[in-house]
Amino acid sequence: MSDFAIRAEQLGKKYKIGEKERYRMLRDVLRDAAVATWQGMRRIVKRQARLEREDHRALWALKDVSFEVKPGDSVGIIGSNGAGKTTLLKILARVTVPTEGRVRLRGRVGSLLEVGTGFHPELTGRENIYLNGAILGMRKQEIDRKFDEIVAFSEVERFLDTPVKFYSSGMHVRLAFSVAAHLEPEILLVDEVLAVGDVAFQRKSLGRMEDVAQEGRTVLFVSHNMAAVKSLCKTGIYLEKGRVRHLGDIDEAVQVYLGSGELQQQSEVHLPADPARPVQILSVSVLNSVGNPVPTLPHDQPFDVGIQVAIRELTYRMNLGLYILDRDLDTVFSTHDFEQDDNRLQTRQPGLYAYHVHIPPLLVPGHYRLSVRAMRLGRKTEKVLDNVEHVCPFDIFDNGSVFAKVNMKWVGKVSVPVKWMCVEKHPI
Amino acid sequence: MFEIVLEPPRSWLQLRLKELWQYRELLYFFVWRELKVRYKQTALGVAWAVLQPLMTMVVFSVVFGRLAKLPSEGIPYPVFSYVALLPWQLFSRALSDASGSLVNNQQMVTKIYFPRLFLPAASILSGLVDFGIAFLILLGLMFYYGIKPTWAIVTLPILILLALTTAMAVGLWLAALNVKYRDVKYVTPFLVQFWLYATPVAYSSTLFPEKWRPLLGLNPMAGVVDGFRWAMLGQQAQISTLVYISLIIVVILFISGLIYFQHTELTFADVI
Repeated sequence: MSDFAIRAEQLGKKYKIGEKERYRMLRDVLRDAAVATWQGMRRIVKRQARLEREDHRALWALKDVSFEVKPGDSVGIIGSNGAGKTTLLKILARVTVPTEGRVRLRGRVGSLLEVGTGFHPELTGRENIYLNGAILGMRKQEIDRKFDEIVAFSEVERFLDTPVKFYSSGMHVRLAFSVAAHLEPEILLVDEVLAVGDVAFQRKSLGRMEDVAQEGRTVLFVSHNMAAVKSLCKTGIYLEKGRVRHLGDIDEAVQVYLGSGELQQQSEVHLPADPARPVQILSVSVLNSVGNPVPTLPHDQPFDVGIQVAIRELTYRMNLGLYILDRDLDTVFSTHDFEQDDNRLQTRQPGLYAYHVHIPPLLVPGHYRLSVRAMRLGRKTEKVLDNVEHVCPFDIFDNGSVFAKVNMKWVGKVSVPVKWMCVEKHPI
Repeated sequence: MFEIVLEPPRSWLQLRLKELWQYRELLYFFVWRELKVRYKQTALGVAWAVLQPLMTMVVFSVVFGRLAKLPSEGIPYPVFSYVALLPWQLFSRALSDASGSLVNNQQMVTKIYFPRLFLPAASILSGLVDFGIAFLILLGLMFYYGIKPTWAIVTLPILILLALTTAMAVGLWLAALNVKYRDVKYVTPFLVQFWLYATPVAYSSTLFPEKWRPLLGLNPMAGVVDGFRWAMLGQQAQISTLVYISLIIVVILFISGLIYFQHTELTFADVI
């Protein structure tokens, strides 16, 4: 028998369309039942043939997913939105059950599906460490033993006896991550935690996860941050529409994802409308100066990014972010729609919104991609309402710069016209 | 090393007692959290546990004792109603807290695995502290009116257990239904109120004609309340013969509740 930490066999998870993440009202069920009974009676009275039951259309969030992870492996799970990454982690974290197939897990599973789960705002930092630790599956003894380490890592010593409702978002996240990171599971599931916290803390968290991986534990990592995935993982699973598209070396998996991902190719992407989502990004495109989608742009011309968003419910404190990523998927720079006008943070009425984001000529020649995110800013956290990642690849070419003339390399990621003024000149 | 197999459920009822035992500290932490938060959030804190039954007793004494002049079997009406309000409020609080326990903790339920059973269980157990405080007041009242408890006081734990089990049985149903149908939370207060009137709290079970009295046993809480009066005040219990029916009803509700809870537990995270 081979040695494994996780083995998934023909895993499948089915949702009924419209049912996913939607609860119902008892009165609707009663009304439906009453209506159905009434119609059924009428049919019997009228001797009508019974109509075929309305077939709920099923959506397979995962289908035929099989893979094996060796103990000590760190595996990155990548793919576009809706590819089934989160569903897979949810099954592994035992939050939901598979519809078919099975998974065998060897060892304790710890998940960082969302840090700070179970934190109670009225309780102090100290109390929350115990509570959260217990929820994550730690014994009291174990928490006692690691308490000092957790506190030191989180850098909130001074506020340990303050209720966490008075914490800043940064402190909140640091404490939560710290508890979760000190759980010592054999298998660690991580989803997007690195999107939170300040840069220094993110780096620290990544370091902690590297430690975990090096201690011989198994790590499954879901993230849109390709740089982090690549630096942390050896193996990659690329999911597309609920199926395993590529399984193997992480660099290869990322290449396949970027090179053949359905959305990852065109300079204009359109996403199918899903009326169940309150906020949805419908399209993203790179447009030249006359408004046509193009894959290449001159370095010295401004260009536009077109974004269409459907807002289907009254949405508060929403904002849109545009991220320009370089070849390694590091963010070169980002811009948010409220930066110029913070009135934009106010309530948005339902409707179809189209934006043109005007990007001045500042990118140096190279290969770029875009990510777009719709977020709601809470008091402490930002909630991602929708995101489209790593789309619209485009190239910036050198349109006869001085660098080209003197045969010199561009250095850095952006080039901004800067005035050099000579303010003094003396004879030697 | 132990292995966990995750697959679609096969049987109706899997108790997984071993797992409950492994997670036992979590139950303790949930109860601890409920208590901490309850006594932290309310400025009145502990006083709340005393005021609630006490104020209800005062209202009952004025309305039912003085105005309606309901008979109280020769016992001062305040003691008569307070002794019944104790188990009743333990039960009603446990039931309403349990029915909201999953939805109120949905963030946890959708993110992390743990035995879900502990959420309603913790809401039910945490009511015992309020009960204990209110019980001291009862002893004070009885002393004031010069009523001596009988030897039957030793049966109180059994009666309390019956009240809690009834709350858990119905609470399991409501908690799971609440996840699927969000308007259950509007039904619960109504159910509790209705149940109060169906239970001899404000009135004596002797008000029922002898012929119909056994029917009261269909309501397990009637047995508990009557039992409390019997144990504390030495009153003749009216429905003792039908306590067995109460027990059967509780067991049926409890087991069916467990099955339904476990059945829906698997999909809580998809629906909530």
